[in-house]
Amino acid sequence: MSELTLTVMRLGFLAVLWLFVIVAVQVIRSDLFGTRVTQRGSRRDSGRPQQAARQAAPPPQRQQPSGGRQRRGAPTKLVVSEGSLTGTTVALQGQTITLGRAHDSTIVLDDDYASSRHARIYPDRDGQWIVEDLGSTNGTYLDRTRLTTPTPIPPGAPIRIGKTVIELRK
Amino acid sequence: MSSSTNTTTHHTSTIGSIGAPSRRNTELALLVFAVAIPVFAYANVGLAINGSVPAGLLSYGLGLGLLAGVGHLVVRKFAPYADPLLLPLATLLNGLGLVVIWRLDQSKLLQSIHVAGGKATNQLLYTAMGIALFVMVLVFLKDHRTLQRYTYISMVAALFLLLLPLVPGLGLNVYGAKIWISVGGFTIQPGEFAKIVLAVFFAGYLMVKRDALALASRRFMGLYLPRGRDLGPILVVWAISILILVFETDLGTSLLFFGMFVIMLYVATERTSWIVFGLLMSAAGAVGVASFEPHVNMRVQAWLDPMGEYALSRKGVAGHSEQAMQALWAFGSGGTLGTGLGQGHSELIRFAANSDFILATFGEELGLAGIMAILLIYGLIVERGVRTALAARDPFGKLLAVGLSGAFALQVFVVAGGVMGLIPLTGMTMPFLAYGGSSVIANWALIGILIRISDTARRPAPSPAPNPDAEMTQVVRP
Repeated sequence: MSELTLTVMRLGFLAVLWLFVIVAVQVIRSDLFGTRVTQRGSRRDSGRPQQAARQAAPPPQRQQPSGGRQRRGAPTKLVVSEGSLTGTTVALQGQTITLGRAHDSTIVLDDDYASSRHARIYPDRDGQWIVEDLGSTNGTYLDRTRLTTPTPIPPGAPIRIGKTVIELRK
Repeated sequence: MSSSTNTTTHHTSTIGSIGAPSRRNTELALLVFAVAIPVFAYANVGLAINGSVPAGLLSYGLGLGLLAGVGHLVVRKFAPYADPLLLPLATLLNGLGLVVIWRLDQSKLLQSIHVAGGKATNQLLYTAMGIALFVMVLVFLKDHRTLQRYTYISMVAALFLLLLPLVPGLGLNVYGAKIWISVGGFTIQPGEFAKIVLAVFFAGYLMVKRDALALASRRFMGLYLPRGRDLGPILVVWAISILILVFETDLGTSLLFFGMFVIMLYVATERTSWIVFGLLMSAAGAVGVASFEPHVNMRVQAWLDPMGEYALSRKGVAGHSEQAMQALWAFGSGGTLGTGLGQGHSELIRFAANSDFILATFGEELGLAGIMAILLIYGLIVERGVRTALAARDPFGKLLAVGLSGAFALQVFVVAGGVMGLIPLTGMTMPFLAYGGSSVIANWALIGILIRISDTARRPAPSPAPNPDAEMTQVVRP
């Protein structure tokens, strides 16, 4: 075998080996799962979202459940409007959102008045979003009433947990 | 995975959940790549040694491809959300090992001393057995948490496996290290299987006891000092590992056994002090044993002065071996880019050239660049294991994944470090690369368990159970 062929094969083999390593690392890079945090640029001018953005949503219409697809007029995101997490939004995609100080919550509350598993927000079969208090110490408030049972969330109604206020928005 | 956001600067952030896709097609693509590389290497070796493409290229490629394909289909069926990298990485290492074992088979010198010759076929058979065990793990182990039930049975089984080589008539003394047993003409290294069983025991045990081991402690100079009675478990494990070192005279098994416990203890309790204690205890134990155990002492001397060892061996003094120095020369003559596959002289290592010292052949023929790639592939396997542990939702799965990947990492370190002269040589083998049935079979089982845990960890969470109260609830609006 000619020396040249062998040299080319030797270097080629090393290149292929490294290519494999690089491809594997690329797979790891694209292999993120869990929760995605998308920064939408800083808004230093006004720290909190505009209250005016809240508009009277049309009354939710009863509709046949259609495989979890979103209804018209259903909220699409959850916004933290007061408290240390002000400005955080979570996309509502039919998944349950847990709130609390426990580090595996969807929204980890850094709030002395919150319990570790404080409340959860989930869609019922019709796609209506329900908030449920999970036996927290200081309670979860929808508008000004303390929750005792799982309650549907009217659009724009503030949910208060300790010093944190969250709302569902379209 | 936590949803802490940058709130001090009032960024507007969006948190959305990403459903983990199954990634099976990624795995298939990588697997094809991982089979193609050893086939390329095989052709390269044949061209370099015989000047022609080896006749067995097609059957060899098909054999490896078939085994990988079976593994892939089983993962697709039984663990659809498993990590996409573990199987291809292990396949690549196994395939490269096969090629280099075949390459050493071609050496006339090694054939004449019965170290090589037909070993690649055996290794392919062992690989098939390993894949079979891998398949069995995935098919029969539906949930890794069932292993938790066998915590104390695992302890007994592990001790039994570790003690087997000491049974008279069953154990084999291979060049001083007593870590093999001989059953019906086959030699088995029970320590390879013991490491998996031990990880199960440690995970189950530490899951229950970690609170006691983590909380009750006093602080002294930044370290949490455990109470005397909490030192019990670590002292027992340490004593057993010292006994292994004394009676089996194998540093590798001893280090693997103790190191795995310290790693899992650290992960379970989050106390750095355990690592400090572990390092101090293992250092004290190793130095103590090396000072009176002749075989261990000899290994240490050979490590401190490989050239002197080589000279003694050349003079024909019994009990000395030139292989450690030959391995270092092999690495040296490889240089940065290596001599090319099939063009080195690593057969000069003679005994164990295709098992314990196979890394030296890689070092000579692929050079620093190739060794780095191979160590990175090992690193990626360990990384995927630790990532699996991070993603696992149950504490037992976390600890088991950490334990298995820790044991794998320790084994790579012990062998690579021994061959490269960083630590004294041990009788362990490089996972997947080296010739040896026990090692290949046990490590495929290890990868199978990791894939099982990662499937459970990455499976999307089930949709929330409908609340039975929700239907009856009367909503009273204020």
